[in-house]
Amino acid sequence: MTEALKNTTSAHTATATPESRNPILLEVKDLKKHFPIQRGFLVTRVVGHVKAVDGVSFFIREQETLGLVGESGCGKTTTGRLILRAYEPTAGEIWFNDRKMGRVNVPDLDKRQLKLLRQNMQMIFQDPYSSLNPRMTLLQIVGEPLLVNGVAKGKELQDRVAELLRVVGLRPEYMTRYPHAFSGGQRQRIGVARALALNPQLVVCDEPVSALDVSIQAQTLNLLQDLQEQFGLTYLFVSHDLSVVEHISDRVAVMYVGKLVEAAATEALFQRPLHPYTEALLSAVPKPDPRLRTEPIVLQGDVADPANPPSGCYFHPRCQYAIDRCSTEGPELRELEPEHFVSCHRAEELRLMGVLGRVTP
Amino acid sequence: MNNNRERLVEIKNLQTYFFLDEGTVRAVDGVDFNIHRGETLGVVGESGCGKSVTARSILNIVPKPGKTVGGEILYHRKVKGVEQTIDLTKLAPQSSEMRNIRGAEIAMVFQEPMTSLSPVHTIGNQICEAIRLHQGLDQAAARELAIDMLALVGMPLPNRTIDQYAHQLSGGMRQRAMIAMALSCHPSLLIADEPTTALDVTTEAQILKLMRQLQDELGMAIMYITHNLGVIAQMTENVVVMYMGKVVEQADVDTLFYDPQHPYTRALLQSIPRLGQKTARRGAGQRRLASIRGMVPDPYALPKGCSFHPRCSQMIAGECDQIEPQMIEVAPGHKVRCLACTGI
Repeated sequence: MTEALKNTTSAHTATATPESRNPILLEVKDLKKHFPIQRGFLVTRVVGHVKAVDGVSFFIREQETLGLVGESGCGKTTTGRLILRAYEPTAGEIWFNDRKMGRVNVPDLDKRQLKLLRQNMQMIFQDPYSSLNPRMTLLQIVGEPLLVNGVAKGKELQDRVAELLRVVGLRPEYMTRYPHAFSGGQRQRIGVARALALNPQLVVCDEPVSALDVSIQAQTLNLLQDLQEQFGLTYLFVSHDLSVVEHISDRVAVMYVGKLVEAAATEALFQRPLHPYTEALLSAVPKPDPRLRTEPIVLQGDVADPANPPSGCYFHPRCQYAIDRCSTEGPELRELEPEHFVSCHRAEELRLMGVLGRVTP
Repeated sequence: MNNNRERLVEIKNLQTYFFLDEGTVRAVDGVDFNIHRGETLGVVGESGCGKSVTARSILNIVPKPGKTVGGEILYHRKVKGVEQTIDLTKLAPQSSEMRNIRGAEIAMVFQEPMTSLSPVHTIGNQICEAIRLHQGLDQAAARELAIDMLALVGMPLPNRTIDQYAHQLSGGMRQRAMIAMALSCHPSLLIADEPTTALDVTTEAQILKLMRQLQDELGMAIMYITHNLGVIAQMTENVVVMYMGKVVEQADVDTLFYDPQHPYTRALLQSIPRLGQKTARRGAGQRRLASIRGMVPDPYALPKGCSFHPRCSQMIAGECDQIEPQMIEVAPGHKVRCLACTGI
């Protein structure tokens, strides 16, 4: 993993041309979160660990959107929560370029600093039904971050909340209503308004459109893009929906069983994936075109158990290109092309299928 | 639209209402369509449009306080070579006749396999129950058949899985068990209500492939309910689009995707991000998705006239908000319910 780290860090300095690329806002290095599995009653003992996130490294530039994709249980949500330190990381570094405090390592911060940090890092949750307190009015929900951090109170608070509601496309008169009076799409807008209340630098969006209907999904995605432009926001966009991720992201990182398997600029990753898992994911998405009835690559078996992962490369039992080496030696994340990271032993020789078909370089 | 094919189920002016304290919800309000033998019919729409209630009306399992208050569901069954037509709405939900059909001739696969399988019975127990009930086999023979069915749906180690409980299986495996159960009595119609919505894409691909294979082998008709237009495009032959309890457009799948007429269908197709679209244009050009303005109306207070008119971009003032449009056949097999695009 150290090898991969060196690669990641050298990549920024080597390939980023200063005039075209924004500076790096968040840099995650070898991040790990192992949840203990406990057994026993009264006397509990740890019988193993679920390696939910196991050595993930990536970076996000200012005002860009990084899509984090993977299947359920791959650790993408845990990664998002670790960045905000909603969970304590087991190991690893999270370097964040804070507006007030400068470049800080999130796991090292004390309670007071963490409160400052979270003004600049916010989260939008997946389920707009369970992430809003049903006993609070919109004024209380959206106004709470302002109140807690001593930014505004009284009349000023009301004005700020009214402004925020207007920004996300809700009428300020709704301020005194409770969440039950709103539809799923409107509730998600309330969640967005709450996240924006303190004018954060980074917003972790955890499946923000997965629970919404198709027509509402498009509205919400457009809103997120408009707000990004308006306020210069940076998004970590966690999702399992590859079409949505392609649409909204500048760069994409793919996770499988707690590890990052591939990361690249969106077009590069979708057109010419370098990891067999990415190829399988892309081909599995049902295409909304009856004239393009393709036979997807059907992976055998199920996603590996993160408490008991297979030897070598975690993907090798399901990989159609696996060789002997894959079952014994775990691949490192390497920068195979500028800004295109992959962890696969055979990445150089394989010619994989992207969304536009097989590309011969 | 496949008029030469034999009709299996004819739904005529079906009305299923829910009588609640707050008012009456017309979940299904005058739905007409046919399902032919061996075809895959897609039913697409957003949550609350009545697609699941339509399916439940066919099986006569509409939960209270819902009730089918009007219309017919004609089921053409073949018993020992003799054709029979039964109106399913006329049967009592608990009647022996309905019970003979439900599960045996018309089976259903539900969205969430964790909540639709019993947590306290083994998979084998649940499959055997259906087999013994409908086919009158003894325990040993039923178990034999259940193992065969599990093998057919690609369950690894069916001899072992049959004695496992739902919680011991992964999501994809549970859904396979559901499908095995539904197909164990060789139904002529399989109703699949969002069978892959709760699954990951790679698992979804497995299940979709399995359903296609099984349809080739067993030849049953499938009514496929989903909100995912990608699944509709890949799986179905004919499609019914529903909005607020009504069918707004009906066509074969190619026409629906390449020549949609109803503004709602068009807007739906434009509002989905398509895989490869951005990559194909190298990230340049239009970044925003076309979206449908507003939101799904309150089911207690449906707008007058066409229920889509407040969100419609082609709304004709004074007509669409007054007159309720009728279903018009604009081309053979292509029906649309819209004043603006049919001109009537």
